[in-house]
Amino acid sequence: MANSKIETGFSSDAKENPRRVVFLTKKTSAKVLGERGPELMTYPHLLLREVITFEILMIVMVVIALFWDAPLEQLANPLLTPNPAKAPWYFLGLQELLHFFPPFVAGILIPTLVIIALVVIPYFNVNIEGEPLWSRRPSQNLRTVVVSMVALLVFLAFFNAWTIIVPTAIVASLLVFSYAARQQTSGWQAALSAKPLSWWIMTWFIAVSICLTAVGTFFRGPGWSWVWPWRTHGG
Amino acid sequence: MITNFASWLETLRETRVWKSIFRRGSANSNRTRSLAVFGNLFLHWVPVKVREKSLHVRVSYYLGSISFLLFVILFVTGILLMFYYHPAAPNAYRDMKDLQFVVSNGIFLRNLHRLAAHLMVFMVFAHMFHVFYRGGYKPPHEFNWVVGVFLLLLTLFLSYTGYLLPWDQLAFWAVTVGTNIISAMPVLGDKTRFLLLGGHIVGENALLRFYVLHVLILPLVALVLIGVHFWRVQKDGGLTVKPKEFDGK
Repeated sequence: MANSKIETGFSSDAKENPRRVVFLTKKTSAKVLGERGPELMTYPHLLLREVITFEILMIVMVVIALFWDAPLEQLANPLLTPNPAKAPWYFLGLQELLHFFPPFVAGILIPTLVIIALVVIPYFNVNIEGEPLWSRRPSQNLRTVVVSMVALLVFLAFFNAWTIIVPTAIVASLLVFSYAARQQTSGWQAALSAKPLSWWIMTWFIAVSICLTAVGTFFRGPGWSWVWPWRTHGG
Repeated sequence: MITNFASWLETLRETRVWKSIFRRGSANSNRTRSLAVFGNLFLHWVPVKVREKSLHVRVSYYLGSISFLLFVILFVTGILLMFYYHPAAPNAYRDMKDLQFVVSNGIFLRNLHRLAAHLMVFMVFAHMFHVFYRGGYKPPHEFNWVVGVFLLLLTLFLSYTGYLLPWDQLAFWAVTVGTNIISAMPVLGDKTRFLLLGGHIVGENALLRFYVLHVLILPLVALVLIGVHFWRVQKDGGLTVKPKEFDGK
């Protein structure tokens, strides 16, 4: 490639004023390798879009803030425990987990594992290549998937964690369905069967998170019992 | 009228004072348009040129931009709220009442801050999941993904520390429930909880510690990481767009 036509070198003596020597042979340029396609100037094209985004966001937020007041309850009182005492909505998934598992598992182990899993995503080759789950040895992969899914569901059933079982079962049936649809060549069925394993794991994680958070936010009442959100509960 | 205004603006941009402030005149050539970006401290971390395809709405849905803009709104409304707030019990609660009934537009200010905070948590999650599904974590963007995960955690901590500050029943018990979980950590659980709360229960010390974390330490760390995050987007070659994507659209 073009690189072989360029020689560069640095003076290695730190005390000397560093001098870089570049030899450019004919017909080579410093252009970045790879086709990047047509480009536009950030000013004004990107910045204008950012400004418009900001304006729309600001208008929407101001309108909502004018009509929707932030809640304020009674003065904090350590002697008066509300039932149920709820964390902010983004932690209610964890609180729902606490209902099923011991505090160490639900409050420490699972969040730590989730953070580690998120951090290492870009460092797994499986994720980078993004090969469809059914592209190689499909029947063998299906067996592994079904066995681990059933094991997971049995484990969850042992803890009675049915708010995790429901989204897990839905994603699992979609997964098995995508195996059956792997011969399709077009449409959403083909798109689904072309998804890699990482896609399935992330989709399962999001489905479970949304289900747990929604249940914790809207469907849990006194003693963390099930309530319908349209029924007012008097504590 | 409009042409008059435009030409007047053009004249203004060519004046000595304007040029001394912005280090350039009118942005009427690609050279001066480049200068407008890299010659500006507040913009030099974004690239001078962007790929046309990366401006396509479906590449980002502007989720990252919206998260950042919400952070800016929170920064501004947060500073304004600090003028009316004492991090002490029970004064903190009285300040909330004052915001509602005494301070002009006080409740609006608090509404805006709270709304932006909840929306930011939501948008940062949405941004992360969207980046995942587009494969935005793939080389050379690996490390920026990691920075993003830490920004998500910071957003959660920022929101959570702010949750205690109104010092009402909602705040008190949400933080009590949350910090009780820390005790489940083996060996260091109780010690960590004591460090965070400045005591064994959620009290005045906890309020002060959460306040300092909320208004100083966490925003400072977040600001630095946001800078790294933006700068890395530029250094790693812009947003992820696959070669054939959005062709003919």
